[in-house]
Amino acid sequence: MNDILQGLAEAARLTVTLDATLVDITLRSLQVSLTATVIAAAIGLPFGALLAINRFPRRRLVIAILNALMGLPPVVVGLLVYIMLSRAGPLGVLGLLFTPTAMIIAQVIIITPLIASIAHQAMRDLWADYHDLLISLHTTKRQRIRALLWDGRRALLTAALAGFGRAIGEVGAIMIVGGNIDNVTRVLTTAIALETGKGDFGLALALGFVLIALAILVNLVMHVLSRTERDSRW
Amino acid sequence: MKLKALFAALAAVWMASSALAEDMKMAVTTSFANSGLADVLLPQIAEDTGIEVHLLIVGTGQALRLGQAGDVDAVLVHARAAEEAFVAEGSGTHRREIMYNDFVVIGPAADPAKIAGSGSAADALRAIEGAKAAFVSRGDDSGTHKKELSLWASADVAPEGDWYRAVGAGMGAALNTASGMNAYILSDRASWLKFGNKGDLALLYAGDPVLFNQYAYMPVNPAKHPHVNIDAATKLEAWLTGDTAHKLIDDYRINGEKLFTFNATAQ
Repeated sequence: MNDILQGLAEAARLTVTLDATLVDITLRSLQVSLTATVIAAAIGLPFGALLAINRFPRRRLVIAILNALMGLPPVVVGLLVYIMLSRAGPLGVLGLLFTPTAMIIAQVIIITPLIASIAHQAMRDLWADYHDLLISLHTTKRQRIRALLWDGRRALLTAALAGFGRAIGEVGAIMIVGGNIDNVTRVLTTAIALETGKGDFGLALALGFVLIALAILVNLVMHVLSRTERDSRW
Repeated sequence: MKLKALFAALAAVWMASSALAEDMKMAVTTSFANSGLADVLLPQIAEDTGIEVHLLIVGTGQALRLGQAGDVDAVLVHARAAEEAFVAEGSGTHRREIMYNDFVVIGPAADPAKIAGSGSAADALRAIEGAKAAFVSRGDDSGTHKKELSLWASADVAPEGDWYRAVGAGMGAALNTASGMNAYILSDRASWLKFGNKGDLALLYAGDPVLFNQYAYMPVNPAKHPHVNIDAATKLEAWLTGDTAHKLIDDYRINGEKLFTFNATAQ
């Protein structure tokens, strides 16, 4: 209990004084996870809509696999990306291992199925409502997907935020592919793991509180920017 | 949707990524970083040589694998036999000794296995096994783990049973586990002194010459991995074996205790 109070006090001190190291790793956390979320959303949202609209053989199997991949263990993803990017691996010449780019790649792989799966659920319900209208208007497939994505944008925002939440709190994969290098690939979660290893629970907890505050802040900002939950709008 | 504002914010965050100086990657053992010595040496290295050393803090086993794969430019580890094999197979150009400290046996202050005052490290381990007192092992193929296994072998004891708990984690995490279980553990002195969650644990045994812990530096072989930054690795070696490093390493203290002793020799 004492540790928690100490952590809160330390978190407040670090935040109020804008501790340089804290600002640095916080920005890097945001950089990595927001980039990963944008890329994963660009892949996952259209893919989810496509799955809702398209009928093709083995569709159920694809959806079942997608849903299963939501629970993809980050540490396995990290290991696979590590093996691919290692100098001894097939993509070693790119020299990407232990860079923020490698961390973004790992996080994109982790959160794309999650975003696609949530998007698919939302789009499926919407498609049931829009099906007759869009078919009768002789829309192309591309137009249908765009109409669904636009009209379901708030549900899709939730999908993207769920992806972001998983990315920003993830430690297993980015520890392996990023290496937790000070000033280069150290982010909030890997710093927490490091401070815990040093037995410095106060600082580790403080970073944890900063991480939670950051996740809340990003969610609020996204809602304000997209004008959800306001007045009479849904 | 204020997409522009969002993208502007994203761009600002992206730009905040660090600029590149001359940099190199070095895999080091957890003890080098957890002891706090890295925080003293790295800024001075950057100032004297212009090299930004990016540390990958892992166990000795993994550090050597990173070197073998060419994912780092140099390694600084502590497991002599494995280091010599690393150089012999052509992964490293050569092995250069830098400094040493020692391993210590940590345990519950009440010392249920009565190891304080043992005649040797092997005696201490035999006493722990005899009392079936809980013992936490790194179990991660690190230098400390290799040393621990060689100590059990020299004590003629096979560490097996409920009391022997291999956690497969770094020094700090293993110390946290030992602290939680009130168990015995083998640690390097530097990590122990710097560790912040000691609980009921205390340093119970040290001083046997077999507990000597030598750290050595090995550049990764550019003949095997042409992309490695051998220039920076060579410059760093010169610095690590030079006078500035000598003074900083010998003067580094935690709570008045000296952690490492510089012992690099001129070549």
